[in-house]
Amino acid sequence: MNYEELMNQDVVELKPSGIRKFFDLASTKKDVISLGVGEPDFATPWNICEAAIYSIKSKKTHYTANSGLLPLREEICHYLDRQYDLKYDPKKNVIVTVGGSEAIDISLRAIISPGDEVILLQPCYVAYEPAVILAGGVVKYIELTSENEFKLTKEMLENAITPKTKAILLNFPSNPTGGIMTYEDYLPLIDIIKEHQLIVLSDEIYAELSYEDKHCSPANFEEIKDQVILISGFSKAFAMTGWRLGYLCANETFVKHILKIHQYVIMSAPSSAQYGAIEGLKNGQKYVDAMVEQYRQRRNYIVNGFNRIGLPTHMPKGAFYIFPCIKKTGLTSVEFCEKLLEEANVACVPGSAFGEAGEGFIRVSYAYSIEEIKVALEKIGKFMEQFNENHE
Amino acid sequence: MEEKVLLSLLEKNARRDIKDLADILQESEENVLETMTKLEKEKVINGYHTLINWNRANVDRVSAVIEVSCQPERDYGYDRIASMIYAYDEVESMYLMSGKSEFIVMIEGKTMQEIANFVGAKLACVEGVTGTSTNFVLKKYKDSGIVLDEEDHQSDDRLIVTP
Repeated sequence: MNYEELMNQDVVELKPSGIRKFFDLASTKKDVISLGVGEPDFATPWNICEAAIYSIKSKKTHYTANSGLLPLREEICHYLDRQYDLKYDPKKNVIVTVGGSEAIDISLRAIISPGDEVILLQPCYVAYEPAVILAGGVVKYIELTSENEFKLTKEMLENAITPKTKAILLNFPSNPTGGIMTYEDYLPLIDIIKEHQLIVLSDEIYAELSYEDKHCSPANFEEIKDQVILISGFSKAFAMTGWRLGYLCANETFVKHILKIHQYVIMSAPSSAQYGAIEGLKNGQKYVDAMVEQYRQRRNYIVNGFNRIGLPTHMPKGAFYIFPCIKKTGLTSVEFCEKLLEEANVACVPGSAFGEAGEGFIRVSYAYSIEEIKVALEKIGKFMEQFNENHE
Repeated sequence: MEEKVLLSLLEKNARRDIKDLADILQESEENVLETMTKLEKEKVINGYHTLINWNRANVDRVSAVIEVSCQPERDYGYDRIASMIYAYDEVESMYLMSGKSEFIVMIEGKTMQEIANFVGAKLACVEGVTGTSTNFVLKKYKDSGIVLDEEDHQSDDRLIVTP
């Protein structure tokens, strides 16, 4: 029997992510120094862990409300208001999800009818394209450029919209580029989004990791706020990746329909994680601020290091990635990363894993201590010296 | 120059290269050096010490926390008596406290006997001191934000490459 034929052919057609391939390769080597990780190195602040442990001890181990514990939804709304001046009603506008990933998946499934187009901005997080395809949508790409600091412009958006465009998925601050959009950057886009009635899925999981201006959400624009599905979570800012806890905020109608999918598929997000998150939102800001300050210092350090090595690198304004340009080596990003892994034992992620627009770049994470980054920079520096000597 | 950031960097690791500090702070090396020298002169920076776990170095050391009661003096308050106590090299650190006793004095010595002798023969005899209560440290778990004697505290259990 050909079991492949028994599968959903859309799933058969899905390509494994370029990151997965690189992970398999890096896993075969010993003592690899990795700058390839997309999660914080910090442990979850202890007050959050303790609150979760206490919830288990207190036998609060049942299903919660489908949309999440009301006290958690309330804290999320206070937090968004306090931090970003975003106003949502905890009883009407919020669903607590299993990570931001679930929020992206159920939002796409709720809004896409077969054949609807969804605009993605490349380079982008590896899960967006499969999520659109699995929801029955068609992906349309806008290629962002380093010259533009990987921002979305009015012209780019206008050119990508067709009568079938249903939604656009934004991710600022961005994985993998670290690019952000400011209030002024969004301003020219608002009329177009309104006019074409686009749904804006805004994955703002890195919002807290904004190093210069305060993070701006498309939901900050009243004219289109009801078209925006804001997606965020606790993984990055609160260093809670393994807890799998995220949320989405949207208008009441969107939430009503998205909640049906969540309710049937997930029931509710893990209860202990939710109790931990309540504590995080109530009493965790100082820990978040301290981690953000560490990331800011590491960012400065690693950008200066890469530029000194001779791999041109913009100072990104958000997230915990830099996106150095490796075009001058004449190698593709996969070739470069394989060579770097082979010869220097340092793992970075090829830019092309994030789409064709990422070719010519590599993604380097700075979710590592300065001491670890220092060792990696020394190795990359030697590797480039050797490379330049061999190619003179 | 963000002096506060420089200070917190040095507080965590006083041995960082000036070049690294400059990269982190987005400043020139000269600026960093100048600022450090200035902060040293102003006694904001009071030394660059090393946190040593003597236990691991197999060196015997005994520490004690001593509560010291005293009678404040007209014109001087507690400060003159304090100066008579902290003048001894044996005193590692000393604080004026709210609560039951006036001072907390931290002492390090080679043996318990050495510390007991110091307290009996020197500390308790300082003019104005009315009583002492000596508490020997049995085990140090955490010092200056660093957990001591914890194996693999720093181990990174993240996958090598993740999206």
